[in-house]
Amino acid sequence: MRHLLSTTDLSRADALSILDTARELAQVADRPVKKLPTLRGRTVVNLFFEDSTRTRISFEAAAKRLSADVINFSAKGSSLSKGESLKDTALTLQAMGADAVVIRHNASGAAHRLANSDWIHGAVINAGDGTHEHPTQALLDAFTMRDHLRDGQGSLDGLNVVIVGDVLHSRVARSNVWLLDTLGANVTLVAPPTLLPVGVGSWPCQVSYDLDEAIVKADVVMMLRVQMERMNAAFFPSAREYSRRYGLDVPRMSSLPEHAIVMHPGPMNRGMEIAADVADSGRSVILDQVTNGVHVRMAVLYLLLGGQES
Amino acid sequence: MTVLHNVRPLGGEAVDVRIEDGLIAEIGGGLDDGQVIDCADAVLLPGLVDLHTHLREPGREDAETVESGTRAAAAGGFTAVHAMANTDPVADTAGVVEQVWRLGLEAGFADVRPVGAVTVGLDGKRLAELGAMADSAARVRVFSDDGHCVSDAQLMRRALEYVKAFDGVIAQHAQEPRLTEGSQMHEGQLSGQLGLAGWPAVAEEAIIARDVLLAEHVGSRLHICHVSTAGSVEILRWAKSRGIAVTAEVTPHHLLLTHDLATTYDPLYKVNPPLRSDTDVAAVRQALADGVIDIVATDHAPHAMEDKECEWAAAAFGMLGLQTALAVVNETMVRPGLLDWDAVAQRMSVVPARIGRVADHGRPLAAGEPANLTVFDPDGEWVVSAEDMVSRSRNTPYAGMVLHGRVLSTWLRGRPTVLDGAVVDYETV
Amino acid sequence: MPPDHESQESLSDSDINRAVVRIAHEILERNRGADDLVLLGIPRRGVPLAERIAAAMSKIEDRDVPAGALDVGMYRDDLQLRPTVALHPTVIPGGDITGKTVVIVDDVLFSGRTTRAAMDALADIGRPRAVQLAVLVDRGHRDLPIRADYVGKNLPTSREDDVQVTLAETDGVDAVRLVRAGGN
Repeated sequence: MRHLLSTTDLSRADALSILDTARELAQVADRPVKKLPTLRGRTVVNLFFEDSTRTRISFEAAAKRLSADVINFSAKGSSLSKGESLKDTALTLQAMGADAVVIRHNASGAAHRLANSDWIHGAVINAGDGTHEHPTQALLDAFTMRDHLRDGQGSLDGLNVVIVGDVLHSRVARSNVWLLDTLGANVTLVAPPTLLPVGVGSWPCQVSYDLDEAIVKADVVMMLRVQMERMNAAFFPSAREYSRRYGLDVPRMSSLPEHAIVMHPGPMNRGMEIAADVADSGRSVILDQVTNGVHVRMAVLYLLLGGQES
Repeated sequence: MTVLHNVRPLGGEAVDVRIEDGLIAEIGGGLDDGQVIDCADAVLLPGLVDLHTHLREPGREDAETVESGTRAAAAGGFTAVHAMANTDPVADTAGVVEQVWRLGLEAGFADVRPVGAVTVGLDGKRLAELGAMADSAARVRVFSDDGHCVSDAQLMRRALEYVKAFDGVIAQHAQEPRLTEGSQMHEGQLSGQLGLAGWPAVAEEAIIARDVLLAEHVGSRLHICHVSTAGSVEILRWAKSRGIAVTAEVTPHHLLLTHDLATTYDPLYKVNPPLRSDTDVAAVRQALADGVIDIVATDHAPHAMEDKECEWAAAAFGMLGLQTALAVVNETMVRPGLLDWDAVAQRMSVVPARIGRVADHGRPLAAGEPANLTVFDPDGEWVVSAEDMVSRSRNTPYAGMVLHGRVLSTWLRGRPTVLDGAVVDYETV
Repeated sequence: MPPDHESQESLSDSDINRAVVRIAHEILERNRGADDLVLLGIPRRGVPLAERIAAAMSKIEDRDVPAGALDVGMYRDDLQLRPTVALHPTVIPGGDITGKTVVIVDDVLFSGRTTRAAMDALADIGRPRAVQLAVLVDRGHRDLPIRADYVGKNLPTSREDDVQVTLAETDGVDAVRLVRAGGN
C-alpha cells in the first residue's frame, strides 16, 4: 500500500490488518513510555489547507508515538492562491524531504492530485478532501464499533449501522459506506431527500427518509454534522424542522436497542443533529472515537512507512 | 499557381486541382503546371469553419493570442474561425470586435469572424450594441454570451427579435445558472461518489426547451452551442419537426469522452458543459449523423498551465480543440461509418459558414470558387502529445491517445497556411 | 512439511519435550522458585514454547506460572530492508513487568538481533528486575554480544544453513530440522 486516499482502495484483508495493527498499537497508550522507535528518523508533514485542530493533533500524536518527526504546515487554500497552494507547496515539502504527507483540503480530489502528480515522492494520506473521503475517520469509526460490539476482533459482519444527516456533503459518510460494506456491515442512510446524492440508490446500502423507523434495529447510530448554512440554499426549511425530523433526541435514544451505541465524527452541533443529553449519555462513544483515532492513525502510518519503500 | 495532385474531393475519385489567384481554377486529370503538391490520395475538403473558438485576445494573451490560435486553427484544417466574445475587455462594442478582426487579418492564418456579446460585459442584464457590431468592419452576425447563459427570458426574447434586423443569430450557451451553482462535473452516480458538485442535464435541456419556443414565437433563428445531452437532442428533434429555425453544434470532445475521466481528478477533463455519460455520447453522435445536430464546433478553450495544474475545484473549464477536431470526428463518426466525407464537409464547413453568414467559406469544390481548402489523410496514425500543440497552451484531453487522420495542407485563398503537416510562417511584409 | 532431502532431523518430538522439561527445572533452580517471574514468548513459535515451559514449571511447583507474548516487530533494526512486518499480539500477564524477572522465550537464537529488539521493547514497557533468555536451539553466529541463559540444544551450523523449527501448535508436528546449504 503506497498511499491511503480512499476506503475503496482497501480490501477486506487490508482493512482488518489496519484494525488489528491499531489494536496492538493501542497498548502503547497505557505504558509509561508512550513511544515506539519504529519511524525514528522519518518525517511526517501535516499539510492542512482547512482548519482542523482535532484531526491535525491526532495525526501529530500518532506520528510522534512512532518516534517520527512532525512538521505542521497550515495553508489557507483559497481560490486566490489556487495554483501556488497545492503544487508549489508540495514541491517545497519534497525539497524538505517529507516521507509522508497527511493532507486535508477543501477540494475533492486534492489528495489524488498530490499522489498522482510527480510533485512529491512520499506516501500520501488523505485526511479529508472536500466532500469526497476521510478514510482514517471511517477506520477509527469501524475500530470503535468493533471494540464495543464485536469484542475488538474480526469483521463487522451483520452489524446494523444507521448513518444520519447531510450525506450529500459528507466525506465521512462516503468513506464509511464503502468501508462498512467491505467489512460486512448493513448500512442504512437516513436524510431528507435533498441531502442525499444523486445515484445513492446504487451505493451498497439502504436509504430511508424516516429516522424513527430506521433506528429500531440499529446497533450503531452515527450522527453527521449538519451546517445551518444549508438552510439558506433550501436544503431544508428551518433548523427546527430538521432537528425535529432528523435529530437524535432523548426520546429517540430511548427507542434504540439496549446495546446500541451513538457516534459522531465531530464537531457536534448540540441541539441540531444531536441533543446535548444524548451526546453526554452513556451510549455515546464519541470520546472513544477520538482516542481510537490516534491508534488507527498510528497503524496507518506504520503500514505505509514502516517497511521498505516500494 | 499550384496543383494539388492526386486528391479526392469529398472522398470521391482522385483528381488534380489547380489553384490560381486565390481561386480553384480547374479540376481534372494530368494537371502539372506550377508547383505540384503530391497529395497521395488524400481527401479534399472545403476549408473548415469553426463557429465556436476562444482566442483569448484581448486579455489572456498568456493562454492564446489571435495569431497563435489561428495557427492552431490552420493546423487543424480550419480556414475561418468565430472568436467568442468572453475576452477582457468583453467584445461588446464595435471597437473590440474590429480589433480582433484586424488582428486576424494581420496574422493571416485564418479568417477571424468575431462573435459579439449579447449583453454588456456578459452580465445578462442589458443588451450590447448589437447593431453597431453588425455594421462594423468585423460584420458580426453571430452573437453569444458563451461562458454564460442568457438566462433572463425577457432579455433572450428581445435579443432574438432584435438581431432579425441584420440577419444575425443568437448562439445560446444553455445552462440554467440556478441549477448549476458551483457545478464541477456531470451530475450522476459518479459525481455523488467523487464528491464533486453536479451539473444536471436538465439545466441544459430546460434552457433549450424555453429558447426554441421563444424562437418560434418571435420568428427568429436560434443556435445552440455545445449540445451535450440525450435529452437536448430530443428537444431539438421535436423543435425541428415543428419547423423551428434552430441549429445546434456539438464539440469533438463530447463525441468521444465521458465523465469517467473525472475519476482521475485531473482538470484536463474539466469542461463546460461537462463530459457526460455513454448514453449521452451515443445520442449526440447519432444526432450529428442524422442532422438533428447540424455542425461540429470545437469550443477550443486554451488555458495557462497554472489554471489546470491544481485541484479540480480551482481549475478553469475548457479543452483545446482546433488541432485535433478533424481527427476526432474521423475517429468517432467516419471510421464507424456514421458519416461520409460529403457529410463531414457539410457539418464542418458548409453549414457553419451558412449559419455564420460567412460568404466565401464552405463553398462547393468547383472551378471559380475561392480556394479555401483542406487536404486530409484519413489513415495517418499519430499519438497526440501536449508538446506538439501549436496553440500557446497545452491542455489537450487527448494527450497520449492514438488518433487517425492528419491535416496535410490547408489553403487560405490559394495560399498555404499548412504544408506537409506543418504551419507555414511568413515574413511580415 | 515434506522433508528436504538435504535435511536431517536434529531434534525429535520427544527430544523437544525433554528439553522443555529440563529448561523448566533450570529456570526454577536458577531463580530459586517462580516468585515474580513471567515468561514472554516471541511470536510466533516462542509463544507456544513459553506456554509449554510455563505449564511444566506450574506442574513442578504446583502453582500457576504465567506465560504471555512479546511482539518485537516495531523494534527490529531491519524494518527498512523488508516489506512492512505484520504485528502479532503482545500479552503481558498481570499487565506489568516492573520488578519482575522476565524470561524471554524464542525458538532459535542466531544473530541475537531479535533478542536485542525484545530487550528494547521491555525497556519501554517497564523496568524488570532481571531479564533472562531461554531458547530451544542456539545455532551460533552472533552479530551482537548476546547469550542465552537456557538452551535446549546447541546446534553447530554454517551461516548459510537453515534451521526449521515446527511445533504442534503452529505447524502440526514437533521437530527441528537442519537443512544444509548444498549444491552449486
